[in-house]
Amino acid sequence: MSTPPGRPSVEIKLEKFEGPLDLLLHLISRDEIDIYDIPISHITQQFLRYLEMMRLLDLEVSGEFLVMAASLMRIKARLLLPQPTPGEEDEPDPREELVQRLLEYRQYKEAAEGLREREEKRRDRFERGQVPDESEAGPLPLASVSLFALLDALDRVLSRLPERNVLEMTGEAYDIEDKMGLLLQRARRAGRLSFTLLLEECRSRIEAIVTLLALLELLKMTRLRVEQDTPFGEIWVEPAPDPGSEPEAAGAEPGETPTEATRSRVRRKRPAAGATEETGDANG
Amino acid sequence: MPTDELQTLLEALLFASDSPLSLSLLVETTGAEPIAVAAALEALRESLDRDDRGVQLEEMGGGWILVTREKHAPFIKKLLQGKRKSRLSRASLETLAIVAYKQPVTRPEIESIRGVDSGSALATLLEREMITIRGRSDVVGRPLLYGTTVEFLSYFGLRDLKDLPRPEELKAILQAREAEVEAEPLFPEMALRPAAEPPPAPSEEPAETGGESR
Repeated sequence: MSTPPGRPSVEIKLEKFEGPLDLLLHLISRDEIDIYDIPISHITQQFLRYLEMMRLLDLEVSGEFLVMAASLMRIKARLLLPQPTPGEEDEPDPREELVQRLLEYRQYKEAAEGLREREEKRRDRFERGQVPDESEAGPLPLASVSLFALLDALDRVLSRLPERNVLEMTGEAYDIEDKMGLLLQRARRAGRLSFTLLLEECRSRIEAIVTLLALLELLKMTRLRVEQDTPFGEIWVEPAPDPGSEPEAAGAEPGETPTEATRSRVRRKRPAAGATEETGDANG
Repeated sequence: MPTDELQTLLEALLFASDSPLSLSLLVETTGAEPIAVAAALEALRESLDRDDRGVQLEEMGGGWILVTREKHAPFIKKLLQGKRKSRLSRASLETLAIVAYKQPVTRPEIESIRGVDSGSALATLLEREMITIRGRSDVVGRPLLYGTTVEFLSYFGLRDLKDLPRPEELKAILQAREAEVEAEPLFPEMALRPAAEPPPAPSEEPAETGGESR
């Protein structure tokens, strides 16, 4: 699998390498190098270029690559040293060991490719017991999330959130309506919010709970919706599609009454002026 | 037991099992003679093929198993809706290849060949029951020895380890490629192998009778 020639300075096409030996084999085949006569200087240069590229792309360069870079440079240095006695060729080729390693590794790499082919062929022949239960086989795309799934997620995060052992600041009250406004704003701006992240940002259990309540409220008002790509996967909070120009005086709609009820329960801390007025209107 | 009856009985046993059934287990279960079982298995295979039935009988993983035909794979995949075990990663396959050919083998040996840490690949392979711990090596530190399992054979549709392409063959293939570049053979003892890469001909062996006991 060699990269096409030309435009070498622009092209950043990094295949995934299993390790330094894999990278060396790639360079050898790409540059059509004779494996028994490796131009160490050239290959070292190329090897280091790849390491640099990996670093630029923020890929993790494991220690093994650095070890290989060091031994390449050691080989290079030994090749540069003049032979102690020019007539006698006692010194083994310093590349010998590397060549042996490459050949051995390549052998198994090919064996792995052979296994891959067998795997592919075998996967087309099914034995019994592969068909999943009907209940599991339902359509996957963006199933709506149940409340339980939301709560499970909350529970998972809560169990991770340490209840910090600090002085309790009594003045720190979280307001559900504030949170609702904030959530709505953020969801609209971001388009999609990770539910886990939303909760993990919370500084305390009480804030996480208020966040959840605010979210539930917005869900009930169908201002937001939650979706999940996969079972047990991340839950995403998104703004609900706008049904035309939404009337702001939502309080008049009958569907909103339970919301109002929750709202008044929530209001105990700091009643929002608007809500009071709305309720007042409805009552009056 | 009449041959026909033995054949249908074997078909029933094989149908009920999701993993390969060894000849000895089939002999034990049916109470028939090994030769009779082997012959009935062969007859069953032929009849399934002759009638182009939806399943075929295959020998793999040290036993016999009914599997579907490749031509139906697209439909079965549709039915499964992608719910299948994932393929093995390249790292796992490389590690597995080394275990398969060098077993029993230790982790340091594997890592010295691959040149990278192989702990997680080994863990995956152990979890998927492709390999198993065979004991400990006598060398310093007494590292664990790994070997492949019957599941490994079934997963790749191999009858037994001899069914793997042999390392010598791998070497020969490599060598044939090297020969194009340079005429110095690295493995002279292998030089008698044909240099040309053989086309993938599945039935090169002289008409093998399926009833080999193992």
